[in-house]
Amino acid sequence: MKIVTICGAGIGSSGVLKVNAERALLALDLEATVVAADVNTVRTVAADAQIILTTEEFVEAIGKTNADVIVIRNLFDTSELTHKLEDALG
Amino acid sequence: MSLPPLPESAIEISAFAADWRSAVALSGEALARSGAAKPGYADEMIRMIEDHGPYIVIAPGLALAHARPGPQVLNDGLSIVTLKHPVRFGHAHNDPVRVVLGLAITEPGAHLAAVAAVANIFNDSSAIDQLAAAETAAEVQRIMGVIPS
Repeated sequence: MKIVTICGAGIGSSGVLKVNAERALLALDLEATVVAADVNTVRTVAADAQIILTTEEFVEAIGKTNADVIVIRNLFDTSELTHKLEDALG
Repeated sequence: MSLPPLPESAIEISAFAADWRSAVALSGEALARSGAAKPGYADEMIRMIEDHGPYIVIAPGLALAHARPGPQVLNDGLSIVTLKHPVRFGHAHNDPVRVVLGLAITEPGAHLAAVAAVANIFNDSSAIDQLAAAETAAEVQRIMGVIPS
């Protein structure tokens, strides 16, 4: 499984999302590759992704995709991430 | 996983910012004081928000001000500015901002270790409240797990 985290610069928020998504996956006992990227590269990076994790601001720019787009409000809240990932995968 | 440097010069307590732009500018000035970035980095951080919206308000009360690695970045570094009066960035859920965490990163590939170290601190949901209430730079460093030099 591939998960892509998306933000504006590809280093700040997407990095936090990647780190915490990996922690959530560990808690859920799931394996996935998590890649942080900026919104300009979403088409190529997320072409083979099952899940895109991002914040509200980027949903429109991400546009049409085969991946499930999951919007996170509080990037440091691992329980929000865990619940939303569990819902998407379950 | 180590936190980028957060020297006392990169910390400003109870600062006054009239709006989000000046809050981000203060965060950039703090990075410039500590030698992490050139003064122009603040403009790049502001441009990120102008281009993409207030997504850098990544948790209730906390903005992660940053731009891409580039010529404006001199060294990896963090800054922390706490605001005397909370400022709205226009975020639907996480406004108003009380703490601005500035981040300068030199190498795109190296940011994840830095960000993981930041996440270790802020995954404790009380960290933002503690920082907002801190009265000295030393207290901020203690909350962030930095040993003052």
